[in-house]
Amino acid sequence: MPLIKNGAFAKDPFIFVPEGKAFPEDMGVMVTLERFQSERENIFAHNMPVAVKLASSENPEVLKGDLPRIAAIAIEFPIFRDGRGFSWARMLRTRLGYTGEIRAVGHFLFDQLAFMVRVGFDAFEVRQDFRIEDFTRAMGEMHYVYQPSADGKKTVFDLRAVK
Amino acid sequence: MYRYDEFDAAMVADRVAQFRYQVERRLAGALSEDEFKPLRLKNGLYLQLHSYMLRIAIPYGTLSAQQLRKFAYIARTYDRGYGHFTTRQNLQFHWPRLVDVPDILAELASVEMHCIQTSGNCIRNVTADQFAGAIAGEIEDPRILSEIVRQWSTFHPEFSYLPRKFKIAVSGTTHDRAAVKFHDIGIEIIKNDAGETGYRVFVGGGMGRTPYVGLEIGRFVAPEDILAYLEACMRVYNEYGRRDNIYKARVKILAHQLGADEFRRQAELEFAEIKKAGTLQLPERELARIAAYFAPPEFENLPEESPEFDAALANRDFANWAKTNLTPHRAKGYAIATISLKAIGATPGDASADQMDALAQLMDDFGYEEIRVTHEQNLVLPHVKKRDLPVIFARLKMLDLATANAGLITDIICCPGLDYCDLANARSIPIAQAIQQRFADLERQHELGELKIKMSGCINACGHHHAGHIGILGVDKKGVEFYQIQLGGSGAEDASVGEIMGPGFGKDEIVDAIERVVDAYLKLRMDGERLLDTYRRVGMAPFKNMVYQEQLHAAY
Amino acid sequence: MATPASQMLTANRLPDGQVLYWRGGEWVLELADGEVFTDPKSADAALAAAARFVEKNEVVATYLFDVRVVAGRIVPVKEREIIRAAGPSVRPDLGKQAAHVQV
Repeated sequence: MPLIKNGAFAKDPFIFVPEGKAFPEDMGVMVTLERFQSERENIFAHNMPVAVKLASSENPEVLKGDLPRIAAIAIEFPIFRDGRGFSWARMLRTRLGYTGEIRAVGHFLFDQLAFMVRVGFDAFEVRQDFRIEDFTRAMGEMHYVYQPSADGKKTVFDLRAVK
Repeated sequence: MYRYDEFDAAMVADRVAQFRYQVERRLAGALSEDEFKPLRLKNGLYLQLHSYMLRIAIPYGTLSAQQLRKFAYIARTYDRGYGHFTTRQNLQFHWPRLVDVPDILAELASVEMHCIQTSGNCIRNVTADQFAGAIAGEIEDPRILSEIVRQWSTFHPEFSYLPRKFKIAVSGTTHDRAAVKFHDIGIEIIKNDAGETGYRVFVGGGMGRTPYVGLEIGRFVAPEDILAYLEACMRVYNEYGRRDNIYKARVKILAHQLGADEFRRQAELEFAEIKKAGTLQLPERELARIAAYFAPPEFENLPEESPEFDAALANRDFANWAKTNLTPHRAKGYAIATISLKAIGATPGDASADQMDALAQLMDDFGYEEIRVTHEQNLVLPHVKKRDLPVIFARLKMLDLATANAGLITDIICCPGLDYCDLANARSIPIAQAIQQRFADLERQHELGELKIKMSGCINACGHHHAGHIGILGVDKKGVEFYQIQLGGSGAEDASVGEIMGPGFGKDEIVDAIERVVDAYLKLRMDGERLLDTYRRVGMAPFKNMVYQEQLHAAY
Repeated sequence: MATPASQMLTANRLPDGQVLYWRGGEWVLELADGEVFTDPKSADAALAAAARFVEKNEVVATYLFDVRVVAGRIVPVKEREIIRAAGPSVRPDLGKQAAHVQV
């Protein structure tokens, strides 16, 4: 699936390796949380970047101790209306101080992109027919924000204070 | 009332442009209906039985004359000449065309209005006491906090895809006119022993399939902490609210399943972190800026009694109206006037474009900055000089807006029901009208006193039937419209969920059944008791016996 | 004893929400002009054929509903469909019923 990273199409450095399959030699690997937890040392011994894919019900707090060693965390949206991923991403960026890639995968709408960026997502697995102009447009639809979030964007309240 | 600054205005303008683009894509087929539906819902646009329906947010029920005029204009230009005021202080138009909605939103934006988040699984319109700023004993105008919450909740990036809808209400007095205990979050403004103002936060109230009274979670939240506290509660809900079953997805299910102590514990963990980060602390200057918009108007120094008012009481119609539709004002010589939208035989909560225009004109003529919408589907002029009341009454009378039934049995709260709504099981409006006609005699209404009938056409309970002294629920019984009676509900600070009386009644029997409930009340009541009080004293059994016994006798 | 119900197909027009009824591969505004399916197979075939109007973004919310033909008049079985075909029962001046001239 096409990957958007930092506002542009990018090559995906990770390959998702399903349970039971062996890791490829020369690529970053993405595994489910379950596999990560049961094969942790094996995965790190692989010596390529590691990414963990979380289901929408999985709280990223369980990864707390390993975050410096995890290059990317993919959060799954089983359906666009399952909004738990927004809270998980925000938690990763703010409370857990995660600086790696946070990727949105699964089923989500173009119109959710701006919110996702605000809460800390910086990569998106999109549909085949997705156009980068749409991403740029989504980012520009709302000029101001009322509430603080993981993106640190100045809020309307901040802007009012300096007037 | 609050006035947009350039940021608020830009927010709403951006939203209009965004929705216009969404409609374009939908019509061109770049968006399927499945993809478009959540987007149109977030702008209050439903597909109903006959057509689309557009729900406009009226923040904490406060409107200016200019905004009321705009409603009238939209009703005439884009709809069928009327609007419907709802139990969440909003306005609905029942016949807009999808292709016109972007233009309607642009019209609304020009008068600082919008349809943002009036549907969808997000935080909805914040409602508040319709007597805010006018009633004596108010600790703080609840609309100040409501406006702050409105801004904080608008386009919240983390909480726009909640398990289900989320409704917040605020009350600023001990007597609760905002039904805060029946909301997902209800906030009661209180003072602690040290005389400081703070907020009591209830979580998990609600109507619908499983009605609940809210649990006290925050005993006393300081004003500087309230946004952080609300954010904490929302986060617990977003992370752990059920998403497997649409009927179990409201926060009331989570809160009651965890229990107050455990929900509080989780919320306070989250709250401690947010507070530490300090990001949701509202600066004093901003608080003061918003509060200033809700400062009451300069009240004239008037005597309590008004000779014009007293003289007009000789007119029986005026006297009747004054008896039920006026509430004492905190300022001497003033009154709060309730405009009933429950004329006998009209559609409860509806107002025509002509009525809206005429009310706007009246507001301009008397210099009234605000009119309020109540969650009981009436309107309120909050600051009327007593000496002006006779003239106001005369003008309202000419507009069919002087029905003297506020709080009486014919002041029925009623959802649109099967006549309009895609979700309904039964019609509600004609039943409400038939009850009104049966009890039209004003003397009889006064004899019965305060009697709140609330009626819903389906279990979604938009008519708040669980909180009715008499609640009526329309159901579908094998394809036939059927009506179930509940007794003893209350949406005030003594919140209670009504109890189902027994087997339901067909549409030709329900009005008689209601009359028997009323007769039972008259037989059983003791001095000064409302029907609600009598029910609470004697319980269901005497009512049930009389209603069903009489029905048996009538059958012979 | 009631005769078994027949079916009809309805939808809403996308741009304006107008209620529509299927008739022979196209849509009409009035229930009385709509096509009645006396067997489930033809009803299902029509529902399937209607899908292309959804794909073309002309209509939404297609579904079948039960009717009976009584003395030559089509009468929906459910109250909901009677109201949907006519307009709000409490406002005879609104909806499709408003267009009908009473004789």
